[in-house]
Amino acid sequence: MSEPGASPVPRPGAHVVARRRFLGYVLAGATLVTAAAPVLPAAAEAEDAQTADLTDIVDLNDVMTLAGKPTSLSITVEVHDDGTVSFALPRAEVGQGITTSTAMLIAEEMDLPLDRVRVTLADARPELLFNQLTGASNTTISTYTPIRVAAAAARLRLMEAAADEFGSEVGALTLRDGVISDESGHSADIGTLAAKAASETDEEVDVELKSAQAFNDVGEPQNRIDALEAVTGRKKFAMDLAVENALPTMVCRAPTINGTPASVANADTVLEMAGVTDVATISTGVAVRARTFGQCIDAVRALEVSWASGSADGLSDADVLRELEGAEPRMPLPLPGVSRLEEKFTFHFRNNSALESNCAIADVRSDSAEIWSGLKSPIVAQGEIAKLLGLRQSAVTVHVTESGGSFGRKLFFDAALEAAEASKAFGKPVKLMWHRADDTRQGRTQPMAISRVRISHTRNRVLRYDQRHTSVATDLSHGFGDVVTAMAAQVPGLDGTFSQVFFQLSQATSYDFGLSTRLLNETNRSFNTGSMRNVYSPNVLTTRELMVDRLAREWDRDPYELRRDFLDDERSRAVLDKVAEVGEWGREMPEDTAQGIAFMHEYKSVCAVLVEIDCRPETIERPIRNGVAGPRVTKAVCAVDVGLAVNPRGLEAQMQGGIMDGIALALTSGLHLEDGHFLEASWDNYFYTRQWNTPPEMEVVVMPANGEPGGAGELAVAPANAAVACAYGRATGTMPTTFPINHGDLSFDPIPTEPPIPESPTDGLDDAV
Amino acid sequence: MPEHTFRLNGEQVTVDVADDVRLLWVLRDLLGVTGPKYGCGISVCQACTSHFNGKAITPCTVPVSALEESDEITTIEGLPDTVGQELHPMQEAWLEQDVSQCGYCQPGQIMTAVDLVRRASDEGRQITDEDLDGIRNICRCGTYPRIRDAIRNGAERM
Repeated sequence: MSEPGASPVPRPGAHVVARRRFLGYVLAGATLVTAAAPVLPAAAEAEDAQTADLTDIVDLNDVMTLAGKPTSLSITVEVHDDGTVSFALPRAEVGQGITTSTAMLIAEEMDLPLDRVRVTLADARPELLFNQLTGASNTTISTYTPIRVAAAAARLRLMEAAADEFGSEVGALTLRDGVISDESGHSADIGTLAAKAASETDEEVDVELKSAQAFNDVGEPQNRIDALEAVTGRKKFAMDLAVENALPTMVCRAPTINGTPASVANADTVLEMAGVTDVATISTGVAVRARTFGQCIDAVRALEVSWASGSADGLSDADVLRELEGAEPRMPLPLPGVSRLEEKFTFHFRNNSALESNCAIADVRSDSAEIWSGLKSPIVAQGEIAKLLGLRQSAVTVHVTESGGSFGRKLFFDAALEAAEASKAFGKPVKLMWHRADDTRQGRTQPMAISRVRISHTRNRVLRYDQRHTSVATDLSHGFGDVVTAMAAQVPGLDGTFSQVFFQLSQATSYDFGLSTRLLNETNRSFNTGSMRNVYSPNVLTTRELMVDRLAREWDRDPYELRRDFLDDERSRAVLDKVAEVGEWGREMPEDTAQGIAFMHEYKSVCAVLVEIDCRPETIERPIRNGVAGPRVTKAVCAVDVGLAVNPRGLEAQMQGGIMDGIALALTSGLHLEDGHFLEASWDNYFYTRQWNTPPEMEVVVMPANGEPGGAGELAVAPANAAVACAYGRATGTMPTTFPINHGDLSFDPIPTEPPIPESPTDGLDDAV
Repeated sequence: MPEHTFRLNGEQVTVDVADDVRLLWVLRDLLGVTGPKYGCGISVCQACTSHFNGKAITPCTVPVSALEESDEITTIEGLPDTVGQELHPMQEAWLEQDVSQCGYCQPGQIMTAVDLVRRASDEGRQITDEDLDGIRNICRCGTYPRIRDAIRNGAERM
């Protein structure tokens, strides 16, 4: 348990850096290659204009950004003789739009058309240490300045080369659309200057960055640079890559969580099946390689395997809940003569599967290995794979492919490890993919948790706000832990166990509620867990916002007005006011329908969500084939202030998606643990938001720029979850305390656990003929 | 091994594979046509949605032996050719609304959308909210609002 204490997270202020001059580098090469100068954390303290003051390092993003700084020299912008500029981004593109926003930053600083910038995903590069980890909404925060410095250095060198070529002064040149010209009629495309602008040695250059006021394209809505590939089916994900002889491979898994294979009765028979080339026992099950995935499915279903016990055998929801209740940290002694509101909330297991299931290609040779997978922590993956194979880390090449979603799942590399093990066992390349049933039942989950809040108050004042969060342990071993460990010596306060530090660094109280304490306790390490588009925030925030609504009832106050009164900064109040205005807070609503409102501050950004929900019986009971109807969110309004939205259109998309996640968390999507396994095995069991749950009306308001970029990838999930929960409470006159609200009703027939995956139907033409 | 012949995106193709292998794997693993994606294998997520003689199907549920020589399979790769353009109007609407996030479900979403608009049009009516609510395709990025806008926009262009 961590120590109670006043909130270490600052009030939301804009993320402002005043000075605009930076040190860049031109690196030795045949063509122009530039980078931002590294800023060592020790030096950063003095260089207060370039990085945050260490004593102010208080949120997780600051720690991650700082950890990445010493390696910024290794991240380079390259100018080619065809006039294009390339940049290998050391992050994972999982749908959040960072390849587009990164290209925009480079194009802006170099005054190039966007289509001249090619952004690819870098292979695992161990020398980048902590600077190749995608998570905690940190990409734009940590790369915003280094990328622009490198681009500005390239621009400066190109201008100098042109000045030399034209016999004019840099000050007399203009650069527009990739062409440099002067007033006497000279002009040259940057491609023709790339070699001339190159350097034989590494050289420092002093560069000035464009001020935000001078931005032409940054801050303007931009469509994704990969949109055409996506809509034509040409965008390549890991399983779409053609790697020679990498045949489809699947794993037959145990009927309970993390069960392991004891013996296989019929490997020889299965090897004789059509298309099957290889069968081998690996640590997680029995791997089958075949000509097609369809034949893998048939082979997995035909295997007769006896299984050793799993890690959670015999456990059901109620058992885990009981354990959590027994592990709750104690509340402080009550203040005498003070009123109290106290409630406990339960959050069931959730599945963080992306639509692209866990998958990887592996080609393991005797002295080397090559891996292709969508990975958010490729350096950690590379190290673990090397260890598994008994190879040096440098002998393992890890290619980061485009991901079909992540939501936290791709911080882990379960499929890449398995593919490496299977390829080694077969002595052949494999294209390994998890079946959806595997991904849901054996894949990672957002852990079950209970959160208890007590508000101690007098008539108009909150004296204390105490929250105790108790959760099945979250596995954060994918690189965040390494960052915190490495930074602990330099950042005061990073001395608890990692999950406690993470909890304290990532949760904000936001409201002026007097003394605020938060404690986390974790229990039970039997489950495969991870984050799910945020770690603790959706649960912690939903708990808080429901209790704020409860306080409003107690005081007979309007929930919006009360929130407004207890937020003490302009940015926060502005987003709350905006959703109240656009969403017409307080308008007359029919019986069994209501509005809900919630506020979130995280990673230097603020966000408010207002929803309207319809809980009328005819809506809840509307017929949906193989799906959950339930209450319908009919309208959602979101106001978001991220300081600076590099691409407002991309930000709007992130907010829309976050709202869909929040609706699912509140109303429909949870896992049922029964006797050591999850009952859910399909998207028609685990109910992520579908079109019939989507609000017909949705509006996202991006607030005007007022600083540098904050985090955005996870921002809307928690306030949407909270707003829906609050609206549900107000529409039904109840206080929902268990999420998702439909968890008590099992609305599907579970797919059997043996064989572990279902057969594909054969009636697909019936509706079409 | 049995031979199976059908039309794929305007061309006759033949594959040698067991009768019961589902079309999705014939397309992806044998023919290298990777626009249709795997998301479940049991016709739930609809990520593989393609057209069979112009109507939406999920290839994960169609044994290759069920196809006749004259049957036409259209995947996202062949959709533009059905209108003789670089892009189908629904794809243009998709670009205009900037629908895609990760993009994994998008080929299936677009193939479903085209089928939905054709069916409504055959019934002589416009796309309704009920039609949109009835779409089963999963988008785990949650870009459902833009999908709804793009389908309405695409319907006007078709």
